Amino acid sequence: MTTSSSLSTGQTGATGLTSLSRATRRRLGQGAHPLVGKCLIALGSAAALGSTFLAWTWTTAFPGDLTVTGYPGGNQLITLFLSILTLLALAPALVPGGLPGTRWMAPRGSARLLRGLALANAASTGYVVIAIAWELGGVANYVAGTWIAGASALLAVLGAWLLPDDDHEPAPARPTPRWAQVVVVFVVVMLGLLVADFGVTTGFSEEFIGFCLGAGFAGRGLAASGLFDRFSALTAANRTATGCAVLAAAVSFVFLQSSDAYTSVADNILIFATVALGLNIVVGLAGLLDLGYVAFLGVGAYTAALVSGTAASRYAHVVLPFWAQALIGVAVSVLAGLLIGAPTLRLRGDYLAIVTLGFGEIFRITMNNLDGQSGPQVTNGAEGEYGIPDLRLFGYDFGRPHTVLGHTLGRFGNYYLLLVLVIAVVIFIFARVDDSRIGRAWAAIREDETAAEAMGVHGYRFKLLAFGLGAGLAGLAGTIQGHLTSTVTPDQYTFSSSAPPNSAFLLAAVVLGGMGTISGPLLGASLLFLIPDKLQFFHNKQLLLFGIALIVMMRLRPEGLVPDKRRRLEFHERETAAEEAYEELVADGLDGADGSDGLDELEAGARA
Amino acid sequence: MSIQPANPPASGTAPGSEPILQARGVTMRFGGLTAVDGVDLDVAGGEIVGLIGPNGAGKTTFFNCLTGLYPPTAGSITFRGQRLAPKPYRVAEAGISRTFQNIRLFPNMTALENVMVGRHCRTREGLLSAIGRGPRYRAAEREARQTARELLSFLDLDRHASAIARSLPYGDQRKLEIARALASDPGLLLLDEPAAGMNPRETLALRETIFKIRQRGLSVVVIEHDMRFIFNLCDRLVVLARGRKLTEGRPDEVRADERVIATYLGTAPGTAEQEASDAR
Ligand SMILES: Nc1ncnc2c1ncn2[C@@H]1O[C@H](COP(=O)(O)OP(=O)(O)OP(=O)(O)O)[C@@H](O)[C@H]1O
Ligand SMILES: [Mg+2]
Repeated sequence: MTTSSSLSTGQTGATGLTSLSRATRRRLGQGAHPLVGKCLIALGSAAALGSTFLAWTWTTAFPGDLTVTGYPGGNQLITLFLSILTLLALAPALVPGGLPGTRWMAPRGSARLLRGLALANAASTGYVVIAIAWELGGVANYVAGTWIAGASALLAVLGAWLLPDDDHEPAPARPTPRWAQVVVVFVVVMLGLLVADFGVTTGFSEEFIGFCLGAGFAGRGLAASGLFDRFSALTAANRTATGCAVLAAAVSFVFLQSSDAYTSVADNILIFATVALGLNIVVGLAGLLDLGYVAFLGVGAYTAALVSGTAASRYAHVVLPFWAQALIGVAVSVLAGLLIGAPTLRLRGDYLAIVTLGFGEIFRITMNNLDGQSGPQVTNGAEGEYGIPDLRLFGYDFGRPHTVLGHTLGRFGNYYLLLVLVIAVVIFIFARVDDSRIGRAWAAIREDETAAEAMGVHGYRFKLLAFGLGAGLAGLAGTIQGHLTSTVTPDQYTFSSSAPPNSAFLLAAVVLGGMGTISGPLLGASLLFLIPDKLQFFHNKQLLLFGIALIVMMRLRPEGLVPDKRRRLEFHERETAAEEAYEELVADGLDGADGSDGLDELEAGARA
Repeated sequence: MSIQPANPPASGTAPGSEPILQARGVTMRFGGLTAVDGVDLDVAGGEIVGLIGPNGAGKTTFFNCLTGLYPPTAGSITFRGQRLAPKPYRVAEAGISRTFQNIRLFPNMTALENVMVGRHCRTREGLLSAIGRGPRYRAAEREARQTARELLSFLDLDRHASAIARSLPYGDQRKLEIARALASDPGLLLLDEPAAGMNPRETLALRETIFKIRQRGLSVVVIEHDMRFIFNLCDRLVVLARGRKLTEGRPDEVRADERVIATYLGTAPGTAEQEASDAR
C-alpha cells in the first residue's frame, strides 16, 4: 500500500512543473471535443514526419546538412523518430475505448504520454528551427520545409494540450509469463542502448542539444504516464535478466562503433561513472561527505603507473603484470582511505568534508613535489608519469587492434570491454552490500547515528568500512585510467576543473543522478561528461553554467534524476509526515498522557 | 482506585537473586550542573523497576550513562558481572537495550528494517560474505528477518512491516522502538517514557506487553510520568530528585513516603500541565 502511494507522490514531483499550465489547459480544453486534440496531434506529427524528408535550409553551413530533399539527416532524424513515436502512442487512443492489448503503453493515462512526446518533438524541432535562423543570420535561411516542421510540431503540442486529462491510478500489471518479461526487459534495454548510442555519437553540438531536449521531455512523458514505474517493477522482478541485458547492451555498444572516435568518449564516461559509483557508497549509502574523492583515483593511477615499467617512474625497473598492479593500486588506495578516515571519521558533522577537501589538495601537491627538487624524485613532479605502456592481460595486448566476432576492436575498444567488466563488478558489489546487514547499518547511521549506536552499530567502524571500500573502488578505476591515458599528472586530480573527473563533478554526478542509486550516478556521470564534451563553445563559461544547473536542480528535484525510494520520501514527504505525526500526537495526547492524573493519584494515596 | 498487584516475575529469575545490573555512584556533570549525583541502582533478573521523579531530575541522563551515550563523570556500571565500557554499541552487545524519550526510529526505513538494524549486533556477516552470499550469509539473513517478523507480531505491528517508520501512528512508533530494542536479545530493557503520547487503551496494552517481556526473562527499567501506569506495573520504584536518589522501595512504600509527596507537590504551580506536555 505504502509503496504505491509513495510512487504516486514521486509522480507529483515530476508533474509539478506542468501544474501551472493545467488551469489554462482545462479552460482551453473544456469546450473542445477530445477528438479535436487527437486530430491535431495526428496532423501535426504526420506533417512533422513528412517535413523531415524536405530540406530545412538552403545552405550547407548548418551542421548535419539539412539541404537534402528526399531523405532526413542530422537533427531531422530526431524529429522523424519523435514524430513516429508520437503517432504510435496516439494510435491506440484513436480507437474508441482504447485498442485492446495496448493499455500498458500509458498505465496512468495517455494524455500525459502524448503531451510529453509532443513537447519533446516541439522542443527538439523548435530548437533546430531557431538555431538555423540564429546561426545563419535570419529567417531568410528558412525554406518551406523549415516552416512546415516548426508549425506542425507546434500544432501537435496544441493538440496535446487540448486533450482532456485522463490521469488515473494505474491498473495492476497483467500477469505475464516469465519468459515474456525477460524478453521485454531485453528489448527495452536494447532500445535504451540505441538511444544512448545516438547520444554518445552525436557529431555536433546542435545534434546533441536536440537529442537532450527530445530525450529529456520524452523521458518525462514516459515517467508521467507510468511507463517507467511499470518497467522498473519488471526489472526488480527480474534482476538477473536485467543485469545480463544491461551487460549485453553495454558490450554490444562497442560493436556498433565503426571507429574508435566515440569509444574513447565511452571509456572516459565509464571511468567517471565507476568512480562516481564508488563515491556513491561513501556519500549515498553511508552519508559521508567526501570532497577530495578524486585523489583516490589518483592514488590508484599513480601506484599502477609507478610499477608499470614507464621510464618516468623511479621504479622503472619494476615491471609488474597488470593484475599485480591492480592489486597494489587497490591496496594502496584502501590504505590511503583508512589513513584519512581513521582520525576524521570519529568526528561528526562538517569536519570530514573539510579534511577530505584538504586531502585532495595534499595529494595533488605532494605528487607535484616528489620531483627530485622539492622532495625526493618519485613521481616526476608536474610532468607526471608519461609513456605508461598499454595494458596486457593474459597475453591480450590492449594497445593493438583485435578482431572479435568479425569486428575490429581498436585500442579504446579493448579498454572499453575491460572497463565494462570493472563497472559491472562495482555495480555488483554496490548492490549486494547495499542490500545486506552492512547496507542497513549505513542507512541507520545516515538517519540517526546516535540511535544506530545504541542499537549496537559500531558507527566508526562502518563509516571507515564505507570509506575504505569507496577508496578501493576508485583506486581500481585509477589503475586502468593510467594505462588508458598513458600519462598521469597531478593536475588530472583537482577539486574542480572544467572537465571531469574531478571531485566537484564526481559529487555532482552522484547528487544530480540520485544518491544511493545505481543508475543515478551512471546517468549523472554520462551527462556531466557529455555536456562539456559535446558543447565545446561553453568552455570558458562551463563552471558558471554548471553551478546554475546545480542550483536549478536542487530547487526542482533535490532527490536527483533517479530518486532513491527512501530519499524521495525524505525530500517530499517531510512536511506532510511531520504534520500528520503532530496531529496524531495532539489527538492522542489529549486523552492520553495525563500526568496530572498520576499526581492526583499520588496525592490521594498519600492522604489515605 | 485500587492498585492491582504486579504480575509475579517469571520463575527462575526471582528478584532478590544476584542482580544483573549494578550501578554504583553514577555521576554526570555538565559543566557546573550535576545532572546525576552518585546514584546506585541494582536490578535483579526478571524485575521491573520504575524510575520516577520530577522533570529535570536526571532520569534520562541516568539512562544515557547506563547505555554509554554519556560517559559518566564518576561511578561504575556492572552488567552480568562485567564492567561496561561507556560505548553505546558495547553496551548493546553486552545485553542492555533501550528506547528513547523522544522517538528515535530510523524514520525513512521500513518497520521491518528498523527491527533488523536492532538485530545488528547479534549477526556477524562482514563485507566479503555480504558480497559472496554463501549459505552461511543467507541463513543469517533469513534468521534476522525471521526474528524481526516475530518481534513485530509480538508487539502487534505485523501489518506495518513494510511501512516506512515515519508513517506509523505515534503509539505504534513507540511500540516499534520496543521491538527494535528487543531485537538484540537484551537481558535488560530500558524504557524512557514508553507510554507518553499513548491513549489509555494503548497504555493498558503496553503494560501487558511489558509483563510479557518480563516473561521472556528480561529485566525492565521504566521511566514514566503516568503514575497509575507505573504504580500498577513495577515491582520496585526508585525516585530521583535533582540528580540524587530520594528513596526506593515497593510502590506502596514509595506512595506513602512524605519526601516523595513533598518533591512532587513542592514544585511550583503549573507543573502539572508542563509535565503533561513534557510527557509527550
Ligand atoms: N547534554 C546535556 N548538556 C547539558 N545539560 C544537560 C544535558 N542533558 C541533560 N542536561 C540537564 O540535566 C538535567 C536532567 O535532565 P534529564 O533529561 O535527565 O531529566 P529527566 O529526569 O529525564 O526529565 P524529564 O522528565 O523532563 O524527561 C536537566 O537540567 C537538563 O537540562
Ligand atoms: Mg527524560
